[in-house]
Amino acid sequence: MQDIKNSVRQFLLDNFVMGANAKIADDVSFMKAHILDSTGFIELIMFIEDTYHVKVEDDEMLPENFDSLVNIEAYVARKNAVGIDT
Amino acid sequence: MLLHDFFSDTAARLPDKTALICEGQRYSYSDIAQRVNTLAHTLREGGVKRGDRVALFLDNSVEMAVGIYATLMVGAVFMPINALTKQDKLTYLLNDSRAAALITDSALQSIWAGSLAANTSVIRAVIVGDAASELDVLPLSLVDRCIRYPTKLVDTPVISEPATIDCDLASIIYTSGSTGEPKGVMLTHLNMVSATRSVSSYLELNEDDIIICVLPLAFDYGLYQLLMSFKVGATLVLERSFVFPIKVLEIMSQEKVTVFPGVPTIFSLLMNLKGLEKFDLAALRKITNTAAALSEEHIRRLRALFPRAVLYSMYGLTECKRVTYLPPDQLDIRPTSVGRGMPNEEVWLVDDAGNRLPNGSTGELVIRGSHVMRGYWEKPAETAKRLKPGPNPGEMVLYSGDLFRTDDEGWLYFVARRDDIIKSRGEKVSPREVENAIYSLVGVQDVAVIGIPDELLGQAIKAFIVQRDGFTLSEREVIRHCLSHLENFMAPKVVEFVTTLPTTDTGKIKKSGLS
Repeated sequence: MQDIKNSVRQFLLDNFVMGANAKIADDVSFMKAHILDSTGFIELIMFIEDTYHVKVEDDEMLPENFDSLVNIEAYVARKNAVGIDT
Repeated sequence: MLLHDFFSDTAARLPDKTALICEGQRYSYSDIAQRVNTLAHTLREGGVKRGDRVALFLDNSVEMAVGIYATLMVGAVFMPINALTKQDKLTYLLNDSRAAALITDSALQSIWAGSLAANTSVIRAVIVGDAASELDVLPLSLVDRCIRYPTKLVDTPVISEPATIDCDLASIIYTSGSTGEPKGVMLTHLNMVSATRSVSSYLELNEDDIIICVLPLAFDYGLYQLLMSFKVGATLVLERSFVFPIKVLEIMSQEKVTVFPGVPTIFSLLMNLKGLEKFDLAALRKITNTAAALSEEHIRRLRALFPRAVLYSMYGLTECKRVTYLPPDQLDIRPTSVGRGMPNEEVWLVDDAGNRLPNGSTGELVIRGSHVMRGYWEKPAETAKRLKPGPNPGEMVLYSGDLFRTDDEGWLYFVARRDDIIKSRGEKVSPREVENAIYSLVGVQDVAVIGIPDELLGQAIKAFIVQRDGFTLSEREVIRHCLSHLENFMAPKVVEFVTTLPTTDTGKIKKSGLS
């Protein structure tokens, strides 16, 4: 579970962010920092679904769930805790 | 009449009315007027003069709206720049326009700090952001030019001396050019006043309207939502983007939005959402679509989803803002038409020799009216291709570069572009600009970029790459490289590695056979 932030961070660095000094802080908004746009978020959601075996519903596609590493970690933890699609 | 007079008149008439709702905050017209006045003082004290260019590199925000009007108040020319722009292009835009000021956000510092370091024209950069942001760690060479966005409001009015007149430039909006080098579309106050009047009149916007804007203010149809809303005294609900559609729908329902302007990609995303019926959108009465045509299927589904709203199909280009609209009562009769010329404008089709064509023909669309641009900033050769003498002495008309056909009654139907510009997510993408970015990647020998049909994006960008011997680039490496050098919508969706590309007799890459 502790690895969620690091795995998502690595996914973003591998796929979206260039530069030797690139870093993504735990609480930075991907939208405000322009790391992702609408199609980037779709790729991120697919990555989360595949990696953590969760099904993201349309009405869960909210910044509170996906717009930072801490939000994603909390979301995945919540989904796994209620045992949906795990 | 100057462009900002529309706003000043409304602020005097409806000072307490809500002008803008953004990130949960509500601003009255007098709130905005005070902020505009304050920022105008900052610009003036920073040395910005009549005719100077002021670059606005910001997300949709109250500061972006205020920045536009403050720039106009001091007689300067606003230049909206998409917040997705990367460093190399921002540097080009600042240098090409010789901008005197830059208004931006500390969250974008990783982009603008490098651009400012490579630019000498900007005398003042005004930075939005909280006090704890990183301004203090700027190199000394930049510290002197950067100041924080003013928060202490000033009441003394700013007076533009010498006074702005309506043939002065109000804005320069950069657009993709087929040469790969962005071109600055020069628009005067008269150009923008005319377009604002015509579009808001045929859409019948009024002060009871609540308009949602999810399009970037750096994109001209996003910008006009602000200009029109503040002209008629409506309320603008300004959203950063359509990245989280559910969030936007919640706000639309909560604020009882009446007007929803979009582009086909946004409507596609919307129609693919499950549970749309949960949101009360009964107040919605107008949907407007531009940038690319909606398919007949999408028109049918949109009307079924929002039976009380009327749908406007429109066509335009940055060089004159708007060209045509289809009155909603014609939608059932000719669903694929983009309509006719708007009020206070004349349009016609010409053949290759420039002769006017009768109804029922196919030819290039020509536009005449006081909304037609003054030309491309310092690009006389490009300007001459688009602006040509019109019927009256000294008058110029706009050759759109787009092929249309008319039916027997003169209604217009889009046929094709004459250049190879790709339209993806409603944004213009120059294949050359994408190719130039890919060529800068080590290991690339040849590249050709084309648009391929895509259900969501309209056209998706596809790159064909021939690699140098010994290199094995991956598709993702190419996409990531593009994402870091180009606006996100310009990055290829698909990359195909090939051993050779077809060429013409003269050795140029031939794209006609690629798909």
